[in-house]
Amino acid sequence: MSVGPLLDIKDLYVHFHVFGGTLKVLDGVNFTVYSGEKVGLVGETGCGKTTTMKAVLRVLPMPPARIPGGEIYFKGRDILKMGAEELGRVRGEGISMVFQDPTAALNPVFTIGQQLGAVVRYSLAGGKRISRKEIHQRAVVALKEVALPDAERLLKNYPFQLSGGMRQRVCIAMAVAGSRELIVADEPGTSLDVSIQDQILRLLRRLVEEKNTSVILITHTLGVVREIADRVYVMYAGKMVEVATTEELFSRPLHPYTLGLMKAVPKLTGGGIADGIPGRIPDYLDPPGGCRFHPRCDQAMGVCSQEKPWFYRVSDDHEVACFLYREGGKEK
Amino acid sequence: MVPAKPLASAKRMENLRRNWYKFSRNRMSILGLFTVLLVTFLAVFAPLVAPYPKHASAFVDFANASRPPSLEYPFGTDVIGRDILSRIFFGFRFSLGMGVIVLSLVVPPGVVLGLVAGYNQGTWLDTVIMRITDIFLAVPSLVLALAICSVLTPNLFNAMLAVSLMWWPWYARLVYGLASTLRNEFFVASAETIGASKFHILFREILPNCISPIFTKMSLDMGWVIIIGSALSFVGLGVQAPRPGLGTMVSDGSKYLPEQWWISVFPSLAIVLVVLGFNLLGDGLRDMFAAEEV
Amino acid sequence: MTDLLTATGLKKHFVIGQSGILKRKPITVKAVDGVSFAVREGETFGLVGESGSGKSTVAYTIIGMYQPTEGNIAFRGQSLFQGDKKRSSAVKKEIQIVFQDPGSSLNPRRTVKQIVELPLQIHQPEKDPLPKIVRLLEMVELPPDYVHKYPQMLGGGEKQMVAIARALATNPSFVILDEPTSALDVSIQAKIINLLIRLQEEFHLSYLFITHDLSLMRNVASRVAIMYLGKICEIAEAAEFFRNPYHPYTQMLLSSIPVVSAAEEELKPKKITSRGEIPSPVNVPSGCSFHPRCPEKMDLCSMEDPLMVEVEEGHTVRCHLFSPEQGGL
Repeated sequence: MSVGPLLDIKDLYVHFHVFGGTLKVLDGVNFTVYSGEKVGLVGETGCGKTTTMKAVLRVLPMPPARIPGGEIYFKGRDILKMGAEELGRVRGEGISMVFQDPTAALNPVFTIGQQLGAVVRYSLAGGKRISRKEIHQRAVVALKEVALPDAERLLKNYPFQLSGGMRQRVCIAMAVAGSRELIVADEPGTSLDVSIQDQILRLLRRLVEEKNTSVILITHTLGVVREIADRVYVMYAGKMVEVATTEELFSRPLHPYTLGLMKAVPKLTGGGIADGIPGRIPDYLDPPGGCRFHPRCDQAMGVCSQEKPWFYRVSDDHEVACFLYREGGKEK
Repeated sequence: MVPAKPLASAKRMENLRRNWYKFSRNRMSILGLFTVLLVTFLAVFAPLVAPYPKHASAFVDFANASRPPSLEYPFGTDVIGRDILSRIFFGFRFSLGMGVIVLSLVVPPGVVLGLVAGYNQGTWLDTVIMRITDIFLAVPSLVLALAICSVLTPNLFNAMLAVSLMWWPWYARLVYGLASTLRNEFFVASAETIGASKFHILFREILPNCISPIFTKMSLDMGWVIIIGSALSFVGLGVQAPRPGLGTMVSDGSKYLPEQWWISVFPSLAIVLVVLGFNLLGDGLRDMFAAEEV
Repeated sequence: MTDLLTATGLKKHFVIGQSGILKRKPITVKAVDGVSFAVREGETFGLVGESGSGKSTVAYTIIGMYQPTEGNIAFRGQSLFQGDKKRSSAVKKEIQIVFQDPGSSLNPRRTVKQIVELPLQIHQPEKDPLPKIVRLLEMVELPPDYVHKYPQMLGGGEKQMVAIARALATNPSFVILDEPTSALDVSIQAKIINLLIRLQEEFHLSYLFITHDLSLMRNVASRVAIMYLGKICEIAEAAEFFRNPYHPYTQMLLSSIPVVSAAEEELKPKKITSRGEIPSPVNVPSGCSFHPRCPEKMDLCSMEDPLMVEVEEGHTVRCHLFSPEQGGL
């Protein structure tokens, strides 16, 4: 394998053209995943995390979306410049996605066997023709991997006959079937109960560790990334604001946004919750200049509304896009 | 302290502009709107814009009978010398008038029944109202209209009565579907638990959320009512001679096809124009009311 | 503290269809199946449960959307369900609810003014209600010019603030909060929660706080009850509940919570991990309904439904591990 990153997003911009102007949703996203790495992407509703991943899979509706700038390298090749055939191979064999809502991700009029079979045929077999029997066998194996009992019978079932947790497992089975190199999991299990979500997360972690697959876990819940990820990106209003190893981030959050978020999370230790972050996510039609977080930031300085902060390296495994950390340390 | 209406009306303007943007994204919607406005204008001001207003009634001019289209008579004249163009303008009056009257007869009862049945889904009220609508829907509409018109005296009023009788169930159905979904929204539960009256819940909470689909359907239905009206006229059960109904004109002219084609072709095209206009307008309205997705 | 609202043996069963050749046998969902608890004056009583536990059905029964199948709910000692008699307007004023999804609980075609005005119109008609409406908006920290806005112009948190303002319009003493923040982001949730706590102190409100989020419960509730398949498994004071969770289901839920710090990790029960799924409420397992998922299942569990046992003062558990015949602890 090459030594470079598996996925490398460089200065990605995504705009949406709507009534009244242009929604400047992604504003220079930089994001890297190395082979075998589990990366978390945390951000609140509307921060652009799903848009980023849709851009990676090239499933953004264009129009209204447009990508005015940026590159997305997958194994050294720019996804945005790929032809249909190469893109198809990346989607089929390279990257797969687990969606938040397993009910919407499965087609209600096909059986689990038909849907899983199609995935097996296109991804696992790598385009070669394989017999029905083999497809069936591999589908059974895929279901057993996600700890679903009675796989034979399950293959004949329709999605509505399964519980939410089972559907989510089927989606994961479809995503890990074959040797995909990267799985993008968009809020896996968030629509399910915590006790089920916990099972799903443990399953996902076990599978990717076994297969040494890379994972991008998209979520709005800080606790969920802490369970799985090696490294975490925090995203706010179309830009990454902080990246660090999981341990580092949770023990020493630095960006005012991350800090606010951490304080707002209700803790099992009790003691009430801090007041959160004032205001709300900016209007993408007319986002604030400079650092997009400055209108909500309690430590904003003059420069924050003027210039966009770069990532400042505070330690080997911790970078923050905030002027407080320019020159490698806090400005007094 | 409270900035009152100006702010609200600014918002309203903004909304109007947004709606117009959504409506006008499809060129055909604008064409539809333009057609409907044009036809309405011609119908309302027919006596002023028609070249020969007198030709709209019992008028005979055998000297100019069966003239093909010319500068003098752009759409030609019929077998007793009446200007087809003028009669089409007046025909629009009957067609649009019929549409407006039928819809205003049909929409209120249909909507109210649908609301009541939908809100009380699962109760006897629902069963009674919706089964009655089913019965009306089961009778072939044109046949029912023909039956009514032939039992009563065939005239425009009875034609409208007949069409209305078979049209309201569609509105009951539409609103029933909407209301039975909307009643599960928590704003309805909230109003109920606060103690709001049934009247308030039906007409202030649920009905406003049904308005857009109702308007869309009304626009599409204008076209349909005009077609049915024309069909009834065509078989002699609608607008009666010497008045110029578009359907009557097509029917009268059909006897002289293909030699004197203009007598029936131009009224036919007029029907197509009106119906198409309302359908395109309806499509545009539907686009406008559709939720925006980014 | 006195009990403000008490539910005793509350049951709510829904008939969802018929089975059998002659369709004689009704299929029932026992959404709530014998629930008893009391909400004290001025407290926040937390009702926790996963989807299908019946926690929302309890709320909707209290607010009067459903008639209980069995059992009763008393408010200030007065039964809320006296035959077919309609609930008095005085009681309706006293008990209010904030629904989970502000997108659905605010009518998109009505302005903030119209929404907040409705309870006033019904219960305290005034010639000019505008000053009162503005005062209510101020209470929930919304600017006065919001009166003319429509819900879709507001953010999720702001919508929920309008819903709270509407609930407070009639000066209630008891407010049901049905997952008021589960549709919101944490940074906004924090604001709403702190607002609710402030309002509680200011107006001496009692809350029934319904949620699936145990971490949130730790920070707002004074007492917590946990529900599973229509029944309460455990009730305790909040501090005790999180320090000494007895019921295996409580432990399972606590162990499943994703947390953000090592200190919290310490508090999570270690010996139980989540397994299985909530069965369909149409086919509730026999005996203790939790037994198919329970790691400490005994033979007795699949046969007999345990009773509520007070293990410590104010801490009751419904589990055979703690039944007197098992020797308690």
